Parts: sequence; structure tokens; C-alpha cells
Amino acid sequence: MTGTYLGMPAFPRAAHDAVRNPVLRGNLRHATHTIRAKRARAVGELSDWAALREAGRRIKDHTLRHLDRYLEQLEESVTAAGGTVHWAVDADEANRIVARLVRETGESEVVKVKSMATQEIGLNEALAAEGIRAYETDLAELIVQLGEDRPSHILVPAIHRNRGEIRDIFRSEMGAWGRPAPEDLTDRPADLAEAARLHLREKFLRAKVGISGANFMVAETGTLVVVESEGNGRMCLTLPETLISVVGIEKVVPTWRDLEVFLQTLPRSSTAERMNPYTSMWTGTTDGDGPRAFHLVLLDNGRTDTLADRVGRQALRCIRCSACLNVCPVYERAGGHAYGSVYPGPIGAILSPQLRGTASEIDASLPYASSLCGACYEVCPVAIDIPEVLVHLRERVVQGGPAVRQGNKVVLRPARGHAAERAAMRAARWAFSRPGALRAGQRLASRTRRLHPRTLPGPGRAWSDTRDLPAVPAEPFRDWWQRTRGGKDGVR
Amino acid sequence: MSSRERILGRVRRALADVTPDDRPYAEAVPREYLREHGERSVAQTVELLAENLADYRAVVHRADAAELPLLITRLLAERGSREVLVPAGLPPQWLAAAGPVRVHDRAADTAQRLDRVGSVVTGCAVAIAETGTIVLDGSPDQGRRRISLVPDHHICVVRVPDQVVSSVPQALERLDPARPSTWISGPSATSDIELDRVEGVHGPRTLEVILLG
Ligand code: SF4
Repeated sequence: MTGTYLGMPAFPRAAHDAVRNPVLRGNLRHATHTIRAKRARAVGELSDWAALREAGRRIKDHTLRHLDRYLEQLEESVTAAGGTVHWAVDADEANRIVARLVRETGESEVVKVKSMATQEIGLNEALAAEGIRAYETDLAELIVQLGEDRPSHILVPAIHRNRGEIRDIFRSEMGAWGRPAPEDLTDRPADLAEAARLHLREKFLRAKVGISGANFMVAETGTLVVVESEGNGRMCLTLPETLISVVGIEKVVPTWRDLEVFLQTLPRSSTAERMNPYTSMWTGTTDGDGPRAFHLVLLDNGRTDTLADRVGRQALRCIRCSACLNVCPVYERAGGHAYGSVYPGPIGAILSPQLRGTASEIDASLPYASSLCGACYEVCPVAIDIPEVLVHLRERVVQGGPAVRQGNKVVLRPARGHAAERAAMRAARWAFSRPGALRAGQRLASRTRRLHPRTLPGPGRAWSDTRDLPAVPAEPFRDWWQRTRGGKDGVR
Repeated sequence: MSSRERILGRVRRALADVTPDDRPYAEAVPREYLREHGERSVAQTVELLAENLADYRAVVHRADAAELPLLITRLLAERGSREVLVPAGLPPQWLAAAGPVRVHDRAADTAQRLDRVGSVVTGCAVAIAETGTIVLDGSPDQGRRRISLVPDHHICVVRVPDQVVSSVPQALERLDPARPSTWISGPSATSDIELDRVEGVHGPRTLEVILLG
């Protein structure tokens, strides 16, 4: 996976720097608390939330269990509807395919709608190396791209920037990319949005090639679905002559009807809305409406390796709603960048080490970027047991064992004892020296007590074998959460 | 070996430990969730649609068939648009009284041309009360997807109660997956700057919905 940020410090170190940055911390706290409270309200409106969550889990599990069959069916449906399907084993292959498709159109610029998959494979950089300029069109992605920065949140990638910083970035950088920002640009969000609208509109109107990801792909019909807010997705999906969608193989669902579950759970879990402003669905190409050529690039890039792991494969159910980020006490304080991957927060802590393996220091430390408080599992709309996978991955880091890497069975060597203890303790020391994280960590829910009644999991085991762990209080996490309002800050 | 074969082979090997589940799909995935939330009369469902549309800052109007042309004329005049985009299958009487120049949706028109048009009037395929959503599916009274996207002012006519359903599951039942669809819930918005919701980034910044019935 080329999305690894080279030279990225391991999680505890990166987090340490982040928690000392007061602007970042303030922005993050405001953001995560705001979304968290709104989400609870949006979910509370649906009396059958638990049944929707269970159906979502089952749909995804069923699909994963027959993934080969559904991918073949999807290919057939998309092809029958006028699209072309490409298969990419890894990031390099996906990037080569996209670059070739763009070159074949004769164009040297593309407009992009936010997509985690294309960030994961480092598509923009790969295209730049081929002389193709990729314009990000989500407001947040634009802020990130102009600021030569990295996204820090799945849903709100510029969550670490406040309005003053955004205005400065627009004023100094927009001109180099196209229409400059007005001289007298203020830091009012409406004015900033207007500047982005004008800057990007000229790009949309002349764009010949659009690049997207997709939230869902329906095997039965060949339909792709993109869920968004701003309308840049609609622009990229309908104005260009050629559309290229790069989508992870785990995004397939069997039937049209399955959308009725996810179109209810995704918007409420992610932006805390009954429905997001715009959802686009398309099936191949349509005469006279939208792109004349449609290419779907199906991406593996570590997903089949993840699928081979009995405990870890559940991470492939993820619909990228980001609810788990917003409830995570560690994410709230450390921020997205500390995770060293395009997938931050709890989901990143279980996904990145599986997609990329645990060979690097950052990936080996990610399973420790959690206090195992269980809040992420409770909010997850597809019921991914993130703490369970974290504990499993910790064990794998420390004890080694069988795994699959790039399609091959390998036996991972255990991290050496003292190295493991160091990694675990560095992470633990970090988490437990932050008052907020400590509060969350101390009050472990009863369900996580079961996971480590006497010893620390994973690398901590060797250490705790000879030490007594404090007893874990019995108050369930949610009760504590509601009683204390997540530690200290008032939830609005 | 092609990448396709390689990926499918990896998937099959990865699943070697999984016992096959040959139950029909309907059995493998029990759906115990509701088809709709709460019980409402037809009138209440329309009322809920109006409320939820307004909650996401669409401007909601009501009219009967006789009032509709004048209402549309008034909304276009208030907006001050000189031109209005018209899908090929829009009932002509809807715009019978309208002042602005009609620009018919033609494949030959470039996006730049559409960008100079101030308003667009369309019908819709279905509207969802629980979420305040209107769905366009490119039928003749709605036109190509781009015409309801590029102009800054979108007037959408929903025939009530026929085109109104309560819930997302009911809406999907009515839609044809082969047609490209656009689900619209309020005007374009972003919360990317400090999570302040700002209406209107790239899609129409003003969405007016007329409940016709
Ligand atoms: S793991 Fe669950 S809560 Fe987190 S982003 Fe994925 S679907 Fe959402």
C-alpha cells in the first residue's frame, strides 16, 4: 500500500506531538462532540435501529462469505450496462490502470470527488508523476490539497483547520491552482464556501474526466452509489465524458434492496442527518445523460489478506461512516494524523495494520491506539467489534503466527519480548498519562473486562504476568458516558 | 494469470475455512427492521414530507393544478432569472404563465451554456416523507441529471399524494435501478468548516419544492 506516509512516526510519538497542539485539540474536541450529540439524536429517531444494524451486519457478512460470486456477478452487470471493469491487485496496478485510462482520453487534468480508496493508493501523486493534474473538489479536500496537508478525518478531512487558517490558505494558494480567492475574503464559512464554489466551477465545467470512489456497488444490477453533501460528487459523476471509479472489492452488496438498510444507517451515523443532501446512483452508462464511458477499477490492495483473517475480516464490513472516530477518546486527543494512514481512528487502528501488515513501527503500534473502552463498537452501524480485533492484532504483533500477505500464507515472527513491552508500555503510558483518556480507560465496560480479566492482552501479557492489574470497575461504559458526558466537556 | 483470476483466487483461498452457506439470500439475511416508521394517514405523510423538507431548508409551497402556473411564474420572477431550463417532458401548462425565456434541455448544450441559466423546473420520480428527500430519475419531466445541478435555483414539483412514500425502503421499491437517480435532501450544503452548516456549495443553493395536489 503506497498510502503509507513515509517517515511517519509510530502512533505514540505522533500522538504525543498532536496532544500538545492546542488549536488542533480544540478543533477536534468541538467537532467530535458536535457530531456525537447530533448523531445520537438522528439514530434515536429510528425505533428499529438495532434491527437495521443487525441486517447491515448480516448483509455484509453474507457478501464477504461469497465475495467471489458477487464480484463476478457485479462485473457481469456493470459490463451489460455499458461499463468496463478492471481488476487491480495492488495500489501500483490501480494507479497504472487509471493513468492509462486518462491518457487514452488525451486529457491532462481530472476532477475528483473525495474517495478513501484513491487516497489509500496515492492516486493523485501517481497521476502527477504521469503529468496529470488531479483536482480535489470536496471543500475539505480542497483545503487539504491547497494547504499541502493530509486529511485527518474520514468525513471532515480538514477538521484540524479552523476558519482563519482556511481563509489564509485560500488567499495564498488558490491563485496557483486556478481562479484566485477574492482579495477581501473573510473567514465567514459562507464566504469561504462561495470562494470554493467559484474556484471549482470553472474546473467542473471544462472537465472531461471525473474520478470517484463509491459507497456501494450492487451486484445484481451493476449500480454504483455515491453519498455526498456538496454537489461536487454530482458534478464529477455527470459532467465529464469519462468516469473512472476506483472501489475496494468489499463495497459490493448483493441486491438493490440492500440499499434500503445502508441508506438509512449511513447518513445518520456519519453526518447525523436523516439523509445527506445528495446521493447519486448510476448503472453503467445512459444514452444522452452523463459520461459516455464508465470504468470501474476493482481494488484488492490487502483486502483479500484481511479476508483471510477469521477475526480481522469483520473490518471489511466498514461503511466508512466515521462514527467510531467521533466517540473515541484517543482520537479526540490525538487527532487523525497520528494514525499515519488515510484511515484514522478506531477503524484505522484495525484496518491499516491488516491492509498493510504489521511490519512497520507505525502499523505495529496502531493496535495499541485504544483504551478498549468499547464506544466504537457500540456506535458502529455494522457492529464491527473493534476491541476484539484490536486485541487479536495485539496478539499477532507480539506472538506472531500465521497470516496472509499479498495472497501468500506467511508465519509472522513474534516481536521480540522487550520490544513488545516497550511498544505496549509506550502506548499505555501515553494513553494513561492523559487525564481524559485515562478516565475513559479506567472505566472499562464489562464486555471488555471479559477480554482481559487478569492480564494485559498481547504484548502486555508478559509484563502483566508478574504484576497485578487493578480491578476493572463494573459500571458499563454507556452509563458512565451518559452520566459524565464523556469525561468533561459539555455536549451540546 | 490475470489480476482478475489472482484476486478471485485469493478470495477463494481466504474463505477456505468458512463453511458454505447455501441458504437462499432472503433466509441468510433476516430483515426485522420496519418498512416505515410510525403510522400516518396519507395527509399526515404529506405533512411530514413538508416538515422534513423545510427542516433541511428547502422552501416548501403548495398549489393545486389551477394555481401552479401562477406560483411558478411568481417564484421565477422573485428569483429574477431571465432564462429557465425546461425538461422535454415537463407538462407545458406548468410554465404557461412564466415570463423567462425557456431553454429546452438539449444534449448539444454545453455545461458552460447551462451555467448561464438561472433556474430550472422539474418534476420528480418519488418523494420520501421520513427523510425529506426528493428523487429524480431522469424521466422526461425531469431531464438529464445536469440540468437540475448546474443552475443555482431548482424548482421541483411533487404530485401529492401519489408520488409520496413514507420511507427509504418504499422509495427503492418504486425506482428502476437501470435509470440514473439523484436523491436530493435540501439544497447543497457543507459542514467542512468548523462544522458550521453552510447552504450551497456546488449544487443549487436554493431548492423550492411545490407540493401539487
Ligand atoms: S468501523 Fe463502523 S463506526 Fe467505524 S467507520 Fe466503519 S462502519 Fe463506521
